[in-house]
Amino acid sequence: MPRSNAYTVGFAAAICLVCSIFVSGSAVALKERQDINRTLDRQKKVLQVAGLMEEGEKLTPEQIQSTYDERIVPKAIDMKTGAPVDDVDLATYDMEKYSKDPDTSYAVEENVAKVKRLPNDALVYEVRNDSGGVDQVIIPIQGPGLWSTLMGYVALSTDDHNTIKGLTFYKHAETPGLGGEVDNPGWKAKWPGRKVFGPNGDVAIKVIKGAAGTTAEAPHAVDGLSGATLTSNGVTKSLQFWLGDEGFGPYIAQAKGK
Amino acid sequence: MSPNPTGFMSKPQREALVDPLFNNNPIALQVLGVCSALAVTTKMETALVMSVALTVVLIGSNVTISLLRNHIPASIRIVVQLTIIASLVIITDQVLQAFLFDISKQLSVFVGLIITNCIVMGRAEAYAMQNGPGMSFLDAVGNGAGYSLLLIVVAFFRELFGSGKLMGVVLFPLVTEGGWYTPNGLMVLAPGAFFLIGFFIWGLRTWKPDQVETH
Repeated sequence: MPRSNAYTVGFAAAICLVCSIFVSGSAVALKERQDINRTLDRQKKVLQVAGLMEEGEKLTPEQIQSTYDERIVPKAIDMKTGAPVDDVDLATYDMEKYSKDPDTSYAVEENVAKVKRLPNDALVYEVRNDSGGVDQVIIPIQGPGLWSTLMGYVALSTDDHNTIKGLTFYKHAETPGLGGEVDNPGWKAKWPGRKVFGPNGDVAIKVIKGAAGTTAEAPHAVDGLSGATLTSNGVTKSLQFWLGDEGFGPYIAQAKGK
Repeated sequence: MSPNPTGFMSKPQREALVDPLFNNNPIALQVLGVCSALAVTTKMETALVMSVALTVVLIGSNVTISLLRNHIPASIRIVVQLTIIASLVIITDQVLQAFLFDISKQLSVFVGLIITNCIVMGRAEAYAMQNGPGMSFLDAVGNGAGYSLLLIVVAFFRELFGSGKLMGVVLFPLVTEGGWYTPNGLMVLAPGAFFLIGFFIWGLRTWKPDQVETH
């Protein structure tokens, strides 16, 4: 039986209305829980990259929170100069949001990491050891993978600001089993001990095709992910940009000079 | 009236529920929904969650569309079906992000891609538009189970031979971790799933020769 046009339009409108109520209802109702999950997940990744939490170790949210509060000190720095700044609210700082808002960010030239804007102020995380001294600093990185932007952290030793202590990605949507292997503990274990900077001071660390060998044989290379060339390149690019002069280079130079 | 062991469902009801397992498996016979079957089956855990997510969406969409089937204008029926399916998928994704955050991160885009899973659309258009909500529910459970069965079988072999584990528990200690098992790299990659699905279909069609296509 043919329906009148008015009925069809009305039916479509009604379906859209009902569906949108359900969708937005679920998004709003679950947002708080998701935000807690996201914060916890980020803290967990910071702890993992700092080596304060084993891969696959199950900690309760309270344990994660307390270890994080005890060992991790977020520090706000000026992106361009690398100097510390103190007018940033550490608890609510959101790098993604700051990078989008024209008031708190600036545009950068075309670059390998496909970063369009950088926040005026950024957070790095200092990691305290058991005796209270700082021995690593965690720097946020991001770069283009195959499907998604890889967002992660790299931990550098504060002895030379050159030796990598760990690398981890907390957000990406790469193919599970291929690019998704950036989460593989075996692959991540290949990073500690590698050096970031080459002899002339530029970022030399690279994910290569095939196997790179030990840290002594290949201080500036890490095994590629098989079947995931674009993701591997994205990792290289994110390190090149964020540890380079346009990224956290000024901060690293300052910290080294101390 | 004595309870009849086979009488708690009528024959068509039983068929709607059980047929999609072997006789009319959505992946093995209809070869639908293969994309996600390749992508999320490297581990049992993700395969299980994906199976549950798809089954829930399928039940929701089949029942909703069946209830509305006499009111949906034929000219916009596909759009209406898609709207309903998409809403269910978004809600499922939100729930996973709230309660199973780690797994939802591993499943990444594939939960969202349930929207384009041909099984869901296929059952909505081919079954729920013609049948009542009760039968559509059984059809959804059956097809969800058929999809899950194949996903879990594939994930079982891929996780066992690809990483020496089942549900994350190490069964074959890997050479790289001081054990004896050299993992089969093919199993971790998508083509491994193609081979396994191929073997599954081969086995099924040897058992039930009527599924073999005639040329």
